[in-house]
Amino acid sequence: MNVLAYLIPISLILGGVGLAAFIYSVRTKQYDDPDGNAARILSDEWDDSPKP
Amino acid sequence: MSAVSACPACSAAPAAEALAAAQAPREVNLALSLPGIHCAACISSVERALSAFPGVHGARVNLTLKRAQIEADPEVTAEQLAAKLETLGFEAHELDSGALRATETDQAGRDLLMRLAVSGFASMNVMLLSVAVWSGAEAATRDLFHWLSAAITLPAIAFSAQPFFLHAYSALRAGRLNMDVPISLAIALALVTSLWETSLSGEHAYFDAALTLTFFLLAGRYLDHRARAVARSAAEELAALEVPRALRFEDGAPVQVSVSELRIGDVILVRPGGRMPVDGVISEGRSELDRALLTGETLPVLAEPGQAVSAGEVNLTGPLNIRVTAVGEDSSLYRMAQLVAVAESGRSNYTSLADKAAKLYAPGVHILSALSFLGWLIYSGDMRMALNIAAAVLIITCPCALGLAVPAVTTAASGRLFRKGLLIKDGTAMERLAKVDTVVFDKTGTLTQGQPKLINLMDHDARARGVAFALASGSAHPLAQGVVAAMTATKLTPAQLTDIREVPGYGTEAYWNGARVRLGRASWVGAEQGERIATWLQIGGENPAPFYFEDALRQGAQELIDDLKAKGIAMHLISGDALAPVRALANTLGLENWSANALPVEKADFINALKAKGAHVLMVGDGLNDTAALSTANVSISPASALDAARVASDIVLLGNTLAPIGGAITVAQKATLRIKENFQIATLYNIIAVPFAIAGLATPLIAALAMSSSSITVSLNALRLGREK
Repeated sequence: MNVLAYLIPISLILGGVGLAAFIYSVRTKQYDDPDGNAARILSDEWDDSPKP
Repeated sequence: MSAVSACPACSAAPAAEALAAAQAPREVNLALSLPGIHCAACISSVERALSAFPGVHGARVNLTLKRAQIEADPEVTAEQLAAKLETLGFEAHELDSGALRATETDQAGRDLLMRLAVSGFASMNVMLLSVAVWSGAEAATRDLFHWLSAAITLPAIAFSAQPFFLHAYSALRAGRLNMDVPISLAIALALVTSLWETSLSGEHAYFDAALTLTFFLLAGRYLDHRARAVARSAAEELAALEVPRALRFEDGAPVQVSVSELRIGDVILVRPGGRMPVDGVISEGRSELDRALLTGETLPVLAEPGQAVSAGEVNLTGPLNIRVTAVGEDSSLYRMAQLVAVAESGRSNYTSLADKAAKLYAPGVHILSALSFLGWLIYSGDMRMALNIAAAVLIITCPCALGLAVPAVTTAASGRLFRKGLLIKDGTAMERLAKVDTVVFDKTGTLTQGQPKLINLMDHDARARGVAFALASGSAHPLAQGVVAAMTATKLTPAQLTDIREVPGYGTEAYWNGARVRLGRASWVGAEQGERIATWLQIGGENPAPFYFEDALRQGAQELIDDLKAKGIAMHLISGDALAPVRALANTLGLENWSANALPVEKADFINALKAKGAHVLMVGDGLNDTAALSTANVSISPASALDAARVASDIVLLGNTLAPIGGAITVAQKATLRIKENFQIATLYNIIAVPFAIAGLATPLIAALAMSSSSITVSLNALRLGREK
């Protein structure tokens, strides 16, 4: 049962990373234009970082 | 200190600079509506064109909102940018960024999404631990898992369930019960009993149930919020399309100012095609006025100096100088808005299905759980067990399914209607639309396009047609444009005229082979104006010949009437226009009940009379004269071309040009209401099955989790059926 000492923190940390990534994406307004994001991937013009 | 005294100007200069910078912003934010964009190529060509425009710093297209945000120097105006995009073939309209600001940052939506994510994350982790417990973890391991669950659950609930706690608190303080009270109680009681059980190494803990409950309820709230936010932002965009500006004479030259800055006595310029922003008196200029939006009249009215004009009228042919006589609260627009406010207060009495359910549900759940607590306490004398069972009852009866029942359906239904071109502005509009059994139509601008169509072209010989074509080409008047449209369709060549000039308020005049030719008002060419819409042609000294017009039917009008007839819905046509055109339209469409020359108040009274007879009335109208009727009716629809005030007064806005979707919308609304009722039945059925288990003390956390998840998922799936049906 000692394996739990590793597995539980690992599962929590992995879940936490997912949560943190989601919160980051909400904060940086990445859900404001879902249709546009789907279309932009087809565009030849790219930028290093999304414009505000 | 010494530096300051040595050179006072040095320290003053930067301050002055800062002041200047504050007064003249270096950058302005402009917004354009781009209804036509749909692909990746559109995005990049629009952005490239805008960025290449001198003075523009940055441009970003939002495809979801079909909108572009531009940062530019203050000299750049949205008009220039819109014109630039028009040349590239993109339809573009200026948006009033002041009216849009409210939707730019949807803080409340983001907040809910964040709470949803946290509760989702926490509930999955706790569920993982709970599965281990359910599958047989014992003694120290079980306690460890319970304590871990508690450590995750407590902070997660404290953050995610805040909206419920706050709403419940404010409801209790006001002495009311709402849906959030049993929710908060269930969550709190589940946490308390679970902590107590865990501290005593007990078998059952409801941490996972408390979190899943929060997660499902937040999902319902978020769906509800999204549907509202989408409708609100689209409605605000419609409002923002009408930029409230006027041209005021300052030192003899017209200067663009905001309408709110106008004062009584100011003189403003209204160009042909422009709408009167305020009430006033014509001080200079001659033209014709289109009053269709105010009164429903299709025939343009002659405008001369000294004549009073009301806000909302459209100037047709010549520039007019208007002396402002009323602004703000005194204007006719404001008085009309007050009629609307009175009518609206009558409508807010409507109780939605969700409210009705909550009224039954909240007290019922509390009584049930209190009774089972007391019953078990008296029967067994065991406080711990009684509290456990009371918590189980609250959790099992949790309103997950109820919380999802309505928003899941309205989201699916309004999404479907939006794709059909209908924008639902009000949450309960769908339920009210489902009950409609009587429809009242306005004529001008609603059933008709408000654009005249020439009907007797072939009564004239080729010579007269050629001359009329050439004369009409020289004017932007709607009747002249109607002549041009009809002639262009027959591939006619215009006659060669000389000295074409427009006489504002009367018509167009020119010379043809030495003879004077005129096209315009009856009185101007010496003819008798009948009751039909007509423009008259006079060649030299000959008798004037009339060109008759008919207001063209709006697209889909006939389909809609036939559709409603097939559905057995009663229909009325009530218009402020003259008798003849109303009768003609009623005959064309096959409407039996119609009345003409109706005043705005009469329209509202007519609807009240119908309602008194027990009818559920849908009003479809677009003008200022319809606003009172729109807000009196049980539910109302206005086309996007309607005046701002009419759109505000109605529950549903028709985005496209055709009326046809209204019939389908009634069907969708009826289906949606049916689904909502089904969802309530499903939720009730689950409770009827699960509650006896809980009261009998047989409910384990596993049963609670199963009942809760399966009822929520069934309800959501049932709602989704609506979106898929053809």
